[in-house]
Amino acid sequence: MSNFGLYKERIKDFDWSIAEAELEYRDGSVLNIGWYCSDRICLQGKGGKTALIYEGFGGIKKKYTFNDIRIAGNIIGDFLRKLGIKSEDRVCLFMDRIPELYLSFLGVLKIGAIVQPLFSAFGDESLFIRLENAQTRAIITQSKHLSKVRKIRDRLPFLEFIIIVDHTSTKKSESREIAFSLHDSTPVENLEIFPSSAESPSVLHYTSGTTGQPKGVKHVHYSIIAQYLTAKWVLDLQKDDIYWCTADPGWVTGTSYGIIGPWSLGITQCVLDAGFSAQAWYKFISDYKITVWYSAPTAIRSLMKAGDEIVREFDLSSLRHLASVGEPLNSEAVLWSIKMFGKPFHDTFWQTETGCIMITNFPGMKVKPGSMGRSFPGITGVVLDPQKYEPITEPGKIGLIAFRPGWPSMMRNYWNNEEKYREKFINGWYLSGDRASIDNEGYFWFIGRDDDVINTGGHLVSPFEVESALLEHPAVGESAVVAKPDDINMEVVKAFITLKPGFYPSPDLELEIMNFVRKKLSPLAMPQAVEFIEKLPKTRSGKIMRRVLHAKEWGEEIGDISTLEND
Amino acid sequence: MEDIKELVREYVIREYLDEGEEITYDSPLISSGYVDSFSMVSLLVFLENKFKIKIPPEKATPEAFDSVNKIIELVNQYIMK
Repeated sequence: MSNFGLYKERIKDFDWSIAEAELEYRDGSVLNIGWYCSDRICLQGKGGKTALIYEGFGGIKKKYTFNDIRIAGNIIGDFLRKLGIKSEDRVCLFMDRIPELYLSFLGVLKIGAIVQPLFSAFGDESLFIRLENAQTRAIITQSKHLSKVRKIRDRLPFLEFIIIVDHTSTKKSESREIAFSLHDSTPVENLEIFPSSAESPSVLHYTSGTTGQPKGVKHVHYSIIAQYLTAKWVLDLQKDDIYWCTADPGWVTGTSYGIIGPWSLGITQCVLDAGFSAQAWYKFISDYKITVWYSAPTAIRSLMKAGDEIVREFDLSSLRHLASVGEPLNSEAVLWSIKMFGKPFHDTFWQTETGCIMITNFPGMKVKPGSMGRSFPGITGVVLDPQKYEPITEPGKIGLIAFRPGWPSMMRNYWNNEEKYREKFINGWYLSGDRASIDNEGYFWFIGRDDDVINTGGHLVSPFEVESALLEHPAVGESAVVAKPDDINMEVVKAFITLKPGFYPSPDLELEIMNFVRKKLSPLAMPQAVEFIEKLPKTRSGKIMRRVLHAKEWGEEIGDISTLEND
Repeated sequence: MEDIKELVREYVIREYLDEGEEITYDSPLISSGYVDSFSMVSLLVFLENKFKIKIPPEKATPEAFDSVNKIIELVNQYIMK
């Protein structure tokens, strides 16, 4: 029997107080995610239970109990506090998926500071934009990423501490750099936990929009109420489970369900910090007898591409429940997982801004392959008429996915950007920016984005950010960036470029431009295709018409081009 | 052959590795995380440009790109055609 049970029973009289009661939280009392994910589990007598199983490339293995992660969080919290880090200071975590990333997350929260996790593959410019916006006071990183930090630190006067978790004595420390070794530190048995309240800020994740720079999505400690219950009901995490969330904590899935959800439930979780290979993934599942696996459609499609034979080389019978997030899960992937693992991947839909799963296929509920599923109890999810912003009641009609605000993990603001935050709400609805239809049984069916943001491999890329980076290349005159269809990643970045006088299209220039963006922003943002054109389509007022180029890529009707400028 | 290998190795070091990092012809590239699946596309474009070949998408797998030696094995199939 799943934790969730029957949908009709769960939606009856649902109230988030269910989670509050299970977490023994009372309105107005202290609520600190760092404490809930470690100290509380130890107080329940589970300190000796394994919390984290880590495997790095080359077979490096480490294991931590809940008591270990409690003490490690204390050590890091104590270290930061002694540096002078205070509540609500922003501390960036810029690391690969090494144990220190997960443990620092707890340590930062324990002292009331705000965690700012950033994807370690970000280039220096992506890193700079986000650190500057958050006025980050400390960054915890690894030696391998130090060169990127050094490149930008002089432009970041607020960044006082650059903490390196694996600094070796052979390397010289430069200005503001501090070597820190978790394992050489004296254990801190007791740390005074910051008395954060439900509305105290906790995590600041950055997300991309169509225009402007990336926005910092501010979450609060109360988010744990939703993350705990959705992890329990949707991911069906049970006490003896061995859980693997494949997401990187640089993105929201990696923190909501790669740290907070499982650890607040006292669940053992595994982390594989190595590049993708089907063989390595199946071996990991087999070696650790993983029971619950939360992954992404891009990964699933990559596994499909690797073939069926390789699946049969491993004993994957431990798998009990599979779920997916990041982009729509196509029906072929669901059917393939039934064929190969004897069970379907359950699609889940949510966003950085929502903080928790909003629409999903629940364990034990009929899965309609290709559908996103139904709203989580307590979540009012609708599709809105794009003109009137009123709910569409007609089954199958496409509208904007929207939610009635008020769930515990809803973002509380965009960092220093109240205006953009307000734009996300119309007629009392939070607008997700995605389009879907709802069938007569309440299942959502994804259609696509309602804006120009590119969803590549489950990560959002802003065309604006890529276009801005492209303009810094000496050969680029103008550019327009759109999504290009892709079998594995659903969408990839494509750049249309006009060249400055004296530059001529060539395959080498194309590669140079690709690498330029990859290093400056990230591999995700790198255009996987570059097309040199004479002139970009623009309106008469000079605005680039991305939709014309998008339609060309997707083989769609171009639509109204009456505003297109003429030669 | 050694020249081609060295050319690819040097390109990988220059474009994807951090300062001071080194690889051999057999060092894992994809499974080690040096080159991720997105960056692999730029490596593919480099190979196609440099050797004037076209590698079909179904052959450009993480396994086929997992070391300089494996890449050369793949490239040879198309240079020889």
